Amino acid sequence: MFYREAGDFKTSYSSDQQTFPIRLDRHMVWGILAIAFFVVPFFINDYWEKSVLLPFLVWAMAALGLNILTGFCGQVSLGSGGFMAVGAYACYKLMVAFPWMNMFIVVILAGLITAVVGMIFGLPSLRIKGFYLAVATLASQFFLVWLFNKVPWFYNNSASGMIVAPERTFFGIPLTGAESPSWITYLFCLTLVVVFAFIAHNLIRGRIGRSWMAIRDMDIAAEIIGVPPLKAKLSAFAISSFYIGMSGAMMFAIYLGTAEPTEAFGISKSFLVLFMIIIGGLGSILGSFLGAAFLTLMPVLLKNVMVNGFGWPADLAAHIELLLIGALIMFFLIVEPHGLAQLWRVTKEKLRLWPFPH
Amino acid sequence: MSPDLLNVLEVILNGLMAGIMYSLVALGFVLIYKASGIFNYAQGVMALFAALTLVGFQTGQIPFAHVINAALGTHLDTWGPGLPTLLAIILTMGVMVLFAYVLERFVLRHMVNQAPIILFMTTIGLAYFMEGFGDLMWGADVKTMDVGLPSGGSTWLESITAGWAAEGSNYRGMYIDVLDLWAAGVAIVLVITLTLFSQYTKTGRALRAVADDHQAALTVGISLRTIWIIVWSIAGFVALVAGIMWGAKSGVQFSLSLIALKALPVLILGGFTSIPGAIVGGLIIGVGEKLFEYFIGGMIGGATENWFAYVLALFFLMFRPQGLFGERIIERV
Amino acid sequence: MAESTQDGRKIGGTLLEVKNISLSFGGVKALTDISFDIKEGEIRAIIGPNGAGKSSMLNVISGFYHPQQGEVWFRGQKRGSMRPYEVARQGIARTFQNIALFKGMSTLDNLMTGRITQMHTNLFWQAIWKGPAEREEIAHRERVEHIIDFLGIQAIRKTPVGRLPYGLQKRVELGRALAAEAKLLLLDEPMAGMNLEEKEDMCRFILDVNDEFGTTIALIEHDMGVVMDLSDRVVVLDYGRKLADGTPAEVRSDPEVIKAYLGGAHA
Repeated sequence: MFYREAGDFKTSYSSDQQTFPIRLDRHMVWGILAIAFFVVPFFINDYWEKSVLLPFLVWAMAALGLNILTGFCGQVSLGSGGFMAVGAYACYKLMVAFPWMNMFIVVILAGLITAVVGMIFGLPSLRIKGFYLAVATLASQFFLVWLFNKVPWFYNNSASGMIVAPERTFFGIPLTGAESPSWITYLFCLTLVVVFAFIAHNLIRGRIGRSWMAIRDMDIAAEIIGVPPLKAKLSAFAISSFYIGMSGAMMFAIYLGTAEPTEAFGISKSFLVLFMIIIGGLGSILGSFLGAAFLTLMPVLLKNVMVNGFGWPADLAAHIELLLIGALIMFFLIVEPHGLAQLWRVTKEKLRLWPFPH
Repeated sequence: MSPDLLNVLEVILNGLMAGIMYSLVALGFVLIYKASGIFNYAQGVMALFAALTLVGFQTGQIPFAHVINAALGTHLDTWGPGLPTLLAIILTMGVMVLFAYVLERFVLRHMVNQAPIILFMTTIGLAYFMEGFGDLMWGADVKTMDVGLPSGGSTWLESITAGWAAEGSNYRGMYIDVLDLWAAGVAIVLVITLTLFSQYTKTGRALRAVADDHQAALTVGISLRTIWIIVWSIAGFVALVAGIMWGAKSGVQFSLSLIALKALPVLILGGFTSIPGAIVGGLIIGVGEKLFEYFIGGMIGGATENWFAYVLALFFLMFRPQGLFGERIIERV
Repeated sequence: MAESTQDGRKIGGTLLEVKNISLSFGGVKALTDISFDIKEGEIRAIIGPNGAGKSSMLNVISGFYHPQQGEVWFRGQKRGSMRPYEVARQGIARTFQNIALFKGMSTLDNLMTGRITQMHTNLFWQAIWKGPAEREEIAHRERVEHIIDFLGIQAIRKTPVGRLPYGLQKRVELGRALAAEAKLLLLDEPMAGMNLEEKEDMCRFILDVNDEFGTTIALIEHDMGVVMDLSDRVVVLDYGRKLADGTPAEVRSDPEVIKAYLGGAHA
């Protein structure tokens, strides 16, 4: 009934390989984007901005990044938190050094700096695989956090050791700092995330994406049929870190406004991003969004129900949240190792045949 | 001997002791990895959980008191004076076996033939689950663990070494915690027991068979499920030992589960499948990070223990990707 | 010095030559002093009992193993120490004994990956997609669709290859190697585990590829009937040594081969 391919004829290769080949999909995506860009900004308030929308967008960006590396190129990384820290501190240094610079450029430059750092820490992946690599990436996580704690240059010798985003405007409207209106921070992050989600999709469907997936599925065969492993892996590390760095920059400059390395970018954040892509779906752009939505919204929901609804103490709610996240991860890996994105695909298949499945 | 040299010696000794503690956690990893190919990230949280449970039994806490109070508005706390240490240990072991059974029944059974990386992530989920579960069951506050092990500086070692320094150097002798010495002793006994068990008992042979080849083990009539329950129980036992030692040393608290992370570079150095490797790897990491902090840490801001182990492991991997004792990886097509 | 076989195909000069190759792993000798050549346009079979070193030989040719001694000459040039992907770039494609497809990708993507050595748009255009990247993609897609037609796998174009049955996977793997449009195609047991019908199909494909595209083929195969029918020349290995080299008829009557390989009885 829905999502029918029949009757939706493709007469050229370019229309066959477009981003959303099914008509209904296409309409839905454009519809959602239209609402996100033209309706939500009029209704957004501070609570929705700070507790729901900004965290979702920031983490979606990070999940996109890690999904490129882990989901598409098969290299497990536990260093996302450290790379987010690089993005945040690069963003801070850039904001302070070039006060006139457009924030879009600042965030993208912060991403590029992170990409370079990511490539350096990605070098071991040429010799190390699987778990060994996962553990090796911990080195970047702990080393980077330590570095930002110990070297005063990174936080401009501030007494607290924290970095605070200076106020910057975007065409006259304050974008960072306490004065910024909700709609502009939201639109800023939304624009970045949407643009870079499309870019990620473009990378994945072409030559570069195929070389990543070939390395993921069978690295030796990939090399023998002509994929240079060095280039494929390092480009995955670089682009993944680029996204994660931008997410760190957005998190610091737009969402939180302040940051210190140990809490904001600790190892638990690395795991959080990893969970997002597992629950959302490894190797799926949509999955990155679903996973980020799930893991940023669930705590908000739980907190609302348990703390505000039942009047339970907040620490109890936190414990239950941990327990639920853990249980859900195991549940998903048992029932659907391909995550929410796969559930959505299956639903689509079913909808296509509904109401006459046979 | 000059006091400087003695200081270095003391650092090395303390490093060895810290290394043994890492090895204790790493041992649990190796056991499970060998028998089921699962890289069990939750080993550290298992140690935390075991320690929490032990303290809970010892002090007579009511499990889930916190939750019940919140849900029903009651004020439950303890049910009595608590259990004697030995009984509490035995009961805790019972809980760990039960845990192994439940885990096999509800999780592992459904994960046969999954990719190793999926299994690894499952255990990360397990770690979160157990952490939340342990906190709900026993509360998240820091607890002290007292199982009757002595602690404090070893006066015996202190007085011996004080005499080694040159006259008039004002050297006070080395400081080594007695608890660490106990931990070393326990670790040695544990390794010997485990080795004997896996070499000379029928179950041990079955364990090694399963480790070599699941399918082949099944065809000769070994029950994979029983083996898994046994392995996870043993890992639970190792976790309990590690939990007791770490708990007695630095209190039973969340940071205990982070020890698991430190055990990872130990495994990399030692190789995932080697029990002696876990011990040697632990010692290298322990000594390495203490020496690095002593000589270089002060110059670059200190707290290098946070990352030194990982960076060391990383450099090591670049040259020997299979670890010190791991089997050589030959790539085929 | 082109010569003609009885069915009129052109066989040209030497395409690839291995000279005195010796390869060992630790103390185990996999190949000892092997030399042979492959001529342009021919179908060359490498046969031998299990463990004779056939796959090791292919791995040497495709640059995955680096022999301790000996030289590989390709298109008249001596090859230095090369990584496998550089070898692929020179125009050598291959299939594997145990299927080595990219299981998470569709048939189409697997074939497109086979063309990866010939795709060059840079990161920037890839990210933009519209423009050079899309044009390149479509140009290569047309070539790949041609191969899909040739192999008759249109229906499974968008199916993830992990879900395909064994015979089809073998076919897709051949397709991926064909997509590279290589000068030399190495096939490692292309018919292993197939039933008679699938074998016949595969033979047809191999002959057609050789005929239509003029691709030089080196193949390892255990089915003697297939080997004798398909190949122009055969090289026989046993225990890492070369036993015989020649036309199927010559090899079949070679007493050494009969003794060592056919076990004394007649095939």
